[in-house]
Amino acid sequence: MQLKIIAAMALVGAAIVAGPAAAQQQKVRFATEGAFRPWNWTEADGSLAGFEIDLYKDLCKRAELDCTIQSQAFEGAIPALNAGKYDAIISGMSATPKREEVVLFTIPYGSTGQSFGVSKVGTLKELPDTGQLFPLSTPANEAAAQAEIDKLKPVLKGKVMGVQTASIAASFVDKYLKGVVEVREYKTTEQHDLDLAAGRVDLIMASMAYLTTAASKQGNEDMAITGPRFQGGVLGRGSSIGLRKGDEVLKAKLDKAIMAANADGTIEKLSQKYFGYDVSVK
Amino acid sequence: MDFAFLYDTLLTLLPGVPLTLKLAFSAVALGAVLALGLAMMRLSGLRALDWPARVYVFLFRSTPLLVQIFLIYYGLGQFREVRTSWLWPFLREPYWCAVLALTLNTAAYASEIFRGGLLAVPHGQVEAARAAGMSRGLLFRRIVLPVAIRQALPAYGSELILMIKATALASIITLMEVTGLAAKLIAETYRAIEVFIVAGSIYLVLNFVVTRLVLAAERRLTPHLRPAPVAILNDGGAA
Repeated sequence: MQLKIIAAMALVGAAIVAGPAAAQQQKVRFATEGAFRPWNWTEADGSLAGFEIDLYKDLCKRAELDCTIQSQAFEGAIPALNAGKYDAIISGMSATPKREEVVLFTIPYGSTGQSFGVSKVGTLKELPDTGQLFPLSTPANEAAAQAEIDKLKPVLKGKVMGVQTASIAASFVDKYLKGVVEVREYKTTEQHDLDLAAGRVDLIMASMAYLTTAASKQGNEDMAITGPRFQGGVLGRGSSIGLRKGDEVLKAKLDKAIMAANADGTIEKLSQKYFGYDVSVK
Repeated sequence: MDFAFLYDTLLTLLPGVPLTLKLAFSAVALGAVLALGLAMMRLSGLRALDWPARVYVFLFRSTPLLVQIFLIYYGLGQFREVRTSWLWPFLREPYWCAVLALTLNTAAYASEIFRGGLLAVPHGQVEAARAAGMSRGLLFRRIVLPVAIRQALPAYGSELILMIKATALASIITLMEVTGLAAKLIAETYRAIEVFIVAGSIYLVLNFVVTRLVLAAERRLTPHLRPAPVAILNDGGAA
């Protein structure tokens, strides 16, 4: 008797749950750092804003997904994704080979190079070849980049360089400048800016987009962007949305949405608004 | 469990142990001196000394250590006056900022522990010492201090353990102690659980040693609480 009642209740319950769910859109929980201008940042009232905040809304609309977004410390984002706390990371995260071992990436939606920031009143005022782009993607152009790095080495010898923990700048320094500079690792890029202003580090390495915004911020009046710009290789293909391994269905939907947003100029329009130049991947 | 990875993790984190211990020992040693001074100020009976100590203890016990570290490291560094002062060679270094924050913090807690210990010295013992003609210095050294330390030790032992753990916060100002190395390794391998288990175990071992040392000190300082050795009891009548 009791079993029958339980079975009946279970059936009714299943019907209630299944009914609307079929019509509902797939729920996708996004995570972003909320401290990485102009990609994403946190407003004074606690809300999130930036290029990626506008972009994820556009992509979700195209892919017909029911999306929410939450801020999450960058270095914990991938563990949290794989622990099932989020379904996607949109946080200026470059698709590097090492990250690809644990994360499934969509196609890139934006790419800026990485360059250096110094203090105009500091111990290292400028680096050579400011603004020149050195890709690391093929063996041929990596050789050219290596020659450029060798040229920088005497200037950088013994200097203290700030990078964000687990960032691609950290990988770059580890691969190309190990033993040349003393590395200090920071939880957020804003922290290494503070230490650059305070004179605790001689230079920082971060993405061109970040440096451009940071240098124009109040308190960073002495920051100058200098030296060559590097791209590709250990620095990744460009910023992509990170998904859990095996989430191929979601990847297909988002890839399609990114391609469409790229094709109709939406990404270019957004990047002009937030970066002042085009970061869309051609 | 991937034991090879756990072993590699241990080898990566162990080089952080000396820095963890250096931070903890420097802070505890400097903090104890400051704490004793603060406890004396509180017990001086002079308002001009009592109140500054009260305010200090209130401020440092009532704000998070994390906030204190941030304020000392990033906060002070923003002022040009600080950056051009004679203090800058110290405050420029993350290590000294961490030692300073940990010292100021533990001094606040320890001063209250010491004050409790000093207040717990039985008045009768002080009176007896005075009656025996002890000078103030001798009375403090021979009677008050040993009894106060004995009373304060269990609570102070907890504070020592807290300090070993508090050094983990130094990782947020770029210091590569055990937790700093663990955070870096997690960022590189994305294997948070294994790395934190190893990091946690290292703190567990360190604090195991600390608790044993405190227990040994406690035993030494409380001979009156130990049962008298059996041999003496048996020979008692004969002697």
